[in-house]
Amino acid sequence: MNNFHYSRAADVADAIRLLAADPDAKLIAGGTNLIDLMKENVERPSGLIDISRLPLRKLEETADGSLRIGALVPNSDLAYHPLIEQRYPLLASAILAGASAQLRNMASVGGNLMQRTRCAYFYDTATPCNKRNPGSGCSAIDGLNRNHAILGTSPSCIATNPSDMSVALAALGALVHVAGPSGERTIALADFHRLPGDKPHLDTNLGTGEIIIAIELPPLGFAQNYSYLKIRDRLSYAFALVSVAAALELEGNAISQARIALGGVAHKPWRSLEAEAALRGQAATADHFSHAADLLLAGATARAHNGFKIELARRAIVRTLTQAANATPQSQAHKKIA
Amino acid sequence: MNAYVGTPTSRVDGRAKVTGAAKYAGEFPADGLVHGFVVEATIPRGRIARLDTSAALQVKGVLDVLTHANRPPLAGNDEAWKDEVAPEKGSPFRPLYDDTIKFNGQPIALVVAEEWETAKFAATLVRVEYEPHGFATDLEGERGSAVEFDKPHEPRGDAAGALARAAVRHEADYVIPTEHHNPMELFATTAVWDGDGKLTVYDKTQGVQNVHKFLCGVFDKKPDDIRVVSPYVGGAFGSGLRPQYQVVLATLGALALKRSVRLVLTRQQMYGLGYRPMTIERVALGAKTDGALDAVTHEAIAVTSRYEDFARNDTGWAEQLYSSPNSRFSHKLVQLDVSTPCDMRAPGAASGVCALECAMDELAVALKLDPVELRLKCYSDRDQSENLPYTSKQLRECYARGADAFGWSKRNPAPRSMRDGKELVGWGMATGVWEALQMPVAVRIVLTSNGHAEVSCAASDIGTGTYTIVAQVAADALGLPIENISVKLADSSLPQAPVEGGSWMAASSAHAVLAAAEEVRKELLSLASKMHRSPLADAELTDTVLVDGTIARTNDNSRAVSIADAMRHGNIERIAKEKLNQFDEDKKHARNTHSAVFAEVKVDEELGVIRVSRIVSAVAAGRILNTKTGRSQVMGGVVWGIGMALHEGTVMDHRFGRIMNPNIAEYHIPVNADVRDIDVIFVDEPDAHINKLGIKGLGEIGVVGVPAAIANAVYHATGKRIRRFPITLDKLLD
Ligand SMILES: Cc1cc2nc3c(=O)[nH]c(=O)nc-3n(C[C@H](O)[C@H](O)[C@H](O)COP(=O)(O)OP(=O)(O)OC[C@H]3O[C@@H](n4cnc5c(N)ncnc54)[C@H](O)[C@@H]3O)c2cc1C
Ligand code: SF4
Repeated sequence: MNNFHYSRAADVADAIRLLAADPDAKLIAGGTNLIDLMKENVERPSGLIDISRLPLRKLEETADGSLRIGALVPNSDLAYHPLIEQRYPLLASAILAGASAQLRNMASVGGNLMQRTRCAYFYDTATPCNKRNPGSGCSAIDGLNRNHAILGTSPSCIATNPSDMSVALAALGALVHVAGPSGERTIALADFHRLPGDKPHLDTNLGTGEIIIAIELPPLGFAQNYSYLKIRDRLSYAFALVSVAAALELEGNAISQARIALGGVAHKPWRSLEAEAALRGQAATADHFSHAADLLLAGATARAHNGFKIELARRAIVRTLTQAANATPQSQAHKKIA
Repeated sequence: MNAYVGTPTSRVDGRAKVTGAAKYAGEFPADGLVHGFVVEATIPRGRIARLDTSAALQVKGVLDVLTHANRPPLAGNDEAWKDEVAPEKGSPFRPLYDDTIKFNGQPIALVVAEEWETAKFAATLVRVEYEPHGFATDLEGERGSAVEFDKPHEPRGDAAGALARAAVRHEADYVIPTEHHNPMELFATTAVWDGDGKLTVYDKTQGVQNVHKFLCGVFDKKPDDIRVVSPYVGGAFGSGLRPQYQVVLATLGALALKRSVRLVLTRQQMYGLGYRPMTIERVALGAKTDGALDAVTHEAIAVTSRYEDFARNDTGWAEQLYSSPNSRFSHKLVQLDVSTPCDMRAPGAASGVCALECAMDELAVALKLDPVELRLKCYSDRDQSENLPYTSKQLRECYARGADAFGWSKRNPAPRSMRDGKELVGWGMATGVWEALQMPVAVRIVLTSNGHAEVSCAASDIGTGTYTIVAQVAADALGLPIENISVKLADSSLPQAPVEGGSWMAASSAHAVLAAAEEVRKELLSLASKMHRSPLADAELTDTVLVDGTIARTNDNSRAVSIADAMRHGNIERIAKEKLNQFDEDKKHARNTHSAVFAEVKVDEELGVIRVSRIVSAVAAGRILNTKTGRSQVMGGVVWGIGMALHEGTVMDHRFGRIMNPNIAEYHIPVNADVRDIDVIFVDEPDAHINKLGIKGLGEIGVVGVPAAIANAVYHATGKRIRRFPITLDKLLD
């Protein structure tokens, strides 16, 4: 861990000013990811700007029926909030599938969106890694890559985004509100995280000096037909090998709207508009789900150890859509898969 | 006489532990305490070409950076570095000794600073240049260079011939990965500078006297110069049997600075210590059509370091357990550029029996025999390797009781035949076996006239319950309520004890307590019998007991003298007795514990997700001293078995020779969700031969057999035989 200075932001404008004054400083919210990475010498910020006491902890219904969630709402408060449980149970479920109760108590919405990959080489400063040390090479491509991406990879990086919450947000079509030196702007969640391309050190499209202030959920919450299914190496407290957020609007047995997002397979939550469009107007049957899975996984490529993810994802997609269609969402408390 | 032994007595140290009053090695305060942080090598083999500590030394608060170049003297002979548990062959690792790098994660510098954070920061400023050498860390890649460890055991009969002739044969490799112990408590030492070159060393260890002797040798100290204390240990599972490098470095720092130094390793650094070595276990079984075994061979190929030959008994279990006229066993080692492996709960057996019991299941399938029936067909009342009867062996009863509790008779033998909705249900079983060892231990008892006793011994309690067992046995032997017994353990200045391991401490310490209590009784009798009109006037020692605060005649407890009266009469306040208990050597019996483990798994047919829904473990381990702590031991062992079967494995990138999952976020052990019903059954096993109390020990038997039972259940559920552990869901897809 390096030496760093510490300052506490008085308000959002102060945080932006502090960040502009020291571009090598980092914002800290719950600290559950940043401190870990600092202990490993992966992140070596010159300073920490503590935003944890900023007044960004509110959930507000907006005039158009959307829900605006402050960037500092703890993950657990969000998951158990009555409005989320009732209107956006997919989000509640995805959050509860992640980490542990203690971590969720600390973790913030903004920090969760910004959490970094769990690629083992990223964490080990003795090995090359383009994300940690641009230009040094990617150790995973020809190394241990069982946990790595099968979609949207580049020759520079095959890391995955580890967030569960973001997968549900992607399916729900959330927006991210950010503020920076040149004012506020809104980024669609789908555009918030990046693919690695030749700049894998950039996880997101958040600009330099910008801070997440809120996320916004559109009115349509898919509260009837949804499911979040997370497949991992033990029954709790492990990152996803593959996860699926599925949300359907049904008219009888016909699908009027479908959203599917995948976690654990790419550098960002993975959606395919084509797959979702293909389901529209179709009956909610295994065949159609299977076709959607093919479209979602089109172009998936395997490395030495992660080939299983393609078939696993295919089966998980069909299963999750079936759970959603049957209104039998996966319980995060009971580990038997519905 | 037995108010406590055999009962579910709660842990006497439980309250101290849950309230935080129990202090661990890294928690002892000291005046002027300073803190160390270790710099580790990042290559597996080579030399340190240059080590620049100047930037680190410039950090405010840094007191020193110790390296091989500037450290105080360390012993230069292997004898000093060979602790009680060191492998016979080899030259133990010496931290900061010279510029050679032998494994990744090797400590190469110790930064000492006023604050821990300062030391940790300064450690990042130490610049190292290496002269890297070629290296190898991959057991499977180097399998060809395996060398026989020691002389192989004499083969029985002609195994090769019998295998060739066998009506039914099964042969396969089972691969068990390297595993790390991951005790909850981090490895830590607080070396307190007592002035004048003397030190009190609080260390996380399973053997304070082992560490004491080792430190005296390594630092050329007299026994009185160093005291090693370790009252509580937050789990160790074998990782604390040998003195670990942090105790050397903390002591080195204290001697260099003449100040008290604390060194706590990080979780990641603990992956540079010992581990269960990866093994390739090749088992071949040949049977007659009726299931009688005709041939068994078991070859284990295991990892060791280049500098020490660590080997444990992987194959001896196949040698002793089942009757078979022809057999051959060998244990081979491959030297790699890694640190030396070490004991890890049920070393040898956990891996070797896993392979054997998976192979037995495969043989049962080939024979179309029920797996329990096959084991009964090959059952042996004698240890097959030594051809000796057991002091006791109720394994047959374990199969019967376990099967009954599990409902085994309802099993449909066909794989994939049982299901519960979308899940395939599998039932599997396996045998477990471990040794019942016992060692010389000395105990001191100080009995005061108010009927309180202090019982002390250098033995450790690594969470296994030694404090409680010692208190129970002492309370019964001294005829006092358990509240009147205080137990002192794990101080090198206390009476002699070996390291706590091998499941030997319960039997060993209990009998030492009995022996010391007998000395106390002798003294009390001599006082009491001299009293005027003593009811014990002509009593022989063997006719007396200590009961209800008195010394009394065994056949008539009313003829008694109270402890207080006897001492008052003798004009003494206390009786202090120390006794070393040695067990009679018994070469006529084999001594083992056994278990039968039954597992139910549910596997999602499409997704491969595995849930271990039930485990029944029926254990025969002599007399159970404490059914509460005993049950906890076995349950803990079962959880370990679940981990071995489904989760655990240290992953190395052999291009770098580095462990890539050195933390408990990525090195998976079971979490609560992975642990469902565990039913522990203790089968009655009276044992008149093993020792006075008929005790065998429970620390390790709980894990043995569990991984195989689960693997066999996964096969029964899915029809897929996974021989490479852990069984992760990707191995079940296709
Ligand atoms: C053992 C373990 C297991 C875990 N398992 C899971 C899991 O299964 N699933 C899962 O999804 N997650 C998991 N997590 C990750 C956890 O969800 C994240 O650590 C957490 O969400 C991060 O939130 P935080 O507030 O603590 O972020 P911090 O650690 O405070 O910050 C993380 C990053 O976000 C930046 N940041 C924080 N707030 C803002 C903001 N408002 N604007 C801009 N940047 C900001 C910081 O600068 C930093 O770079 C796990 C974590 C651990 C330690
Ligand atoms: S996959 Fe990405 S994060 Fe992992 S080593 Fe390669 S560049 Fe680094």
